[in-house]
Amino acid sequence: MTSQHNVDLGDLYQEIILEHSKAPRNFRKPATANQEAEGYNPLCGDRCTVYLDVEDGAIKEIGFQGSGCAISRASASMMTQSVKGKSKAEAAKIFDQFHRLVTGDKEAVANASEMGKLAAFAGVSKFPARVKCATLAWHTLQSALEGKHEAVSTE
Amino acid sequence: MSTAVHRTGIGSALDVERIRQDFPILDQTIHGKKLVYLDNAATSQKPRAVIDAIVRYYEHLNANIHRGVHTLSVRATEAHDEARETVRHFIQAADASEIVFVRGATEAVNLVAETYGRANVSEGDEVLITAMEHHSNIVPWQILCQEKRAHLRVAPINDAGELDLDAFEKLLSARTRIVAVAHVSNALGTVNPLRQIIHLAHAHDVPVLVDGAQAVPHLPVDVQALGCDFYAFSGHKVYGPTGIGVLYGKEEVLAEMPPYQGGGDMISSVTFEKTTYNVVPYKFEAGTPDIAGAIGLGVALEYVMGLGMDRVAAHGQELLAYATEKVGAIGGVHLIGTAKDRAGVLSFVMDGVHPHDLGTILDRDGIAIRTGHHCAQPVMDRFKIPATARASFAVYNTLEDVDALVNGIHKAREVFA
Repeated sequence: MTSQHNVDLGDLYQEIILEHSKAPRNFRKPATANQEAEGYNPLCGDRCTVYLDVEDGAIKEIGFQGSGCAISRASASMMTQSVKGKSKAEAAKIFDQFHRLVTGDKEAVANASEMGKLAAFAGVSKFPARVKCATLAWHTLQSALEGKHEAVSTE
Repeated sequence: MSTAVHRTGIGSALDVERIRQDFPILDQTIHGKKLVYLDNAATSQKPRAVIDAIVRYYEHLNANIHRGVHTLSVRATEAHDEARETVRHFIQAADASEIVFVRGATEAVNLVAETYGRANVSEGDEVLITAMEHHSNIVPWQILCQEKRAHLRVAPINDAGELDLDAFEKLLSARTRIVAVAHVSNALGTVNPLRQIIHLAHAHDVPVLVDGAQAVPHLPVDVQALGCDFYAFSGHKVYGPTGIGVLYGKEEVLAEMPPYQGGGDMISSVTFEKTTYNVVPYKFEAGTPDIAGAIGLGVALEYVMGLGMDRVAAHGQELLAYATEKVGAIGGVHLIGTAKDRAGVLSFVMDGVHPHDLGTILDRDGIAIRTGHHCAQPVMDRFKIPATARASFAVYNTLEDVDALVNGIHKAREVFA
């Protein structure tokens, strides 16, 4: 209880998060997209569609569209930057680290700096009601990578 | 500034400072700030009288009802009966037998869909609702229509969030078997013209169920004057406990309906060959009910009736008018739901600030509002928005609470500037 008094809004709304929420990167459907998935948070109505161009098991191109709060939009935007060019296995690993970071895993929080810009989301763990906002795009990415993989695999 | 005038004005309806002392939960801080509770449409807080009544029941009265000859059982039964009588009085029903205790408005609608609906709706028939309904007054009818191959018809609303009465009338057909409509919209605050709706439906011999969940905390309700066939509400939105609610049904309608769930209390005799059902309302109350909940609800209704429902309504209108003026004047804020007749809730969206972000920022200042689709996704679709921020009022809210909300909105504006 008392520790919550020390939680500042700035912990959640880091400058980089605000900046990405206002001007999200890769906010489009790439012309070459060959896999996609739609994510939906029925509790709050946030929607997110992630588009991928997966070639040779790697994310060659990525974009997203949808509507949501600043946290979900910034998370989707920064996700697209962090997984672009990565293999599916690498992307899954980043998601795992990100998920542990925003849910307050001690080790992940301690090593947040290794996550680059995504470390800005460490504050989300102090706002439990907002964890789903931060992870919506990532779950959608996971679904896009897994769901369409069987059907359109070129491997 | 005209706020001083407003502040004086608000005291004329209710003695809010005294009322606030009746609600122990209000005496706390959230994140170091005084709690400003503006999420009353989701659930209201409970006065000490209700909390005490529940404690007293378990400490002194607890026994199963309608069963034993022993003293505690008799007393518990009497207390439960008294609560039913209080509910009758609260909504001006003709007889306490027309009051069925359920878990909440949701169960009340489901009960009618599953009993009256199944008995009276057949293939090709129609159920008529409106575009402003809460999911709990949509989905039970969808389930029924699916099962019976019937059609769900939806009367449209205009840009202000008001029911299009002409369209509603045109949708009443020879196949319409029931109309289900909100008294007050939970997402928009619209107060529906119930008398006209009921008059039109009855002219087509169609019964009307009213979802009164958002109305009973704010308006005096007289089911006989309205003439509705069913009226549903939840206890927890009108200062009572969760898990208890009410289905009112006209005695002659209830009597014709098949039972809801099977079990104890709803029967008068059982053999393996044949069961004879109990009389109303017990026919619809299988199993040991939420006795403490019903007693708590009775005390809650006594509490608001003690304040005077006319005064409660006037207080709500003062708060809503003040909030509409102050919040509506903030640049970039758009009110969602601008019906001429509204009660209880102020829904809005802000340019550049998503409702969830606003909700988080307000929460840091101890201000509780609801953000999201309010279990009324078709309403959000109608206005082409994913979510709104919703401030909703109760007897213990003050103009200062609205001022705190306004300050919080400005703060959110700064964060996202």
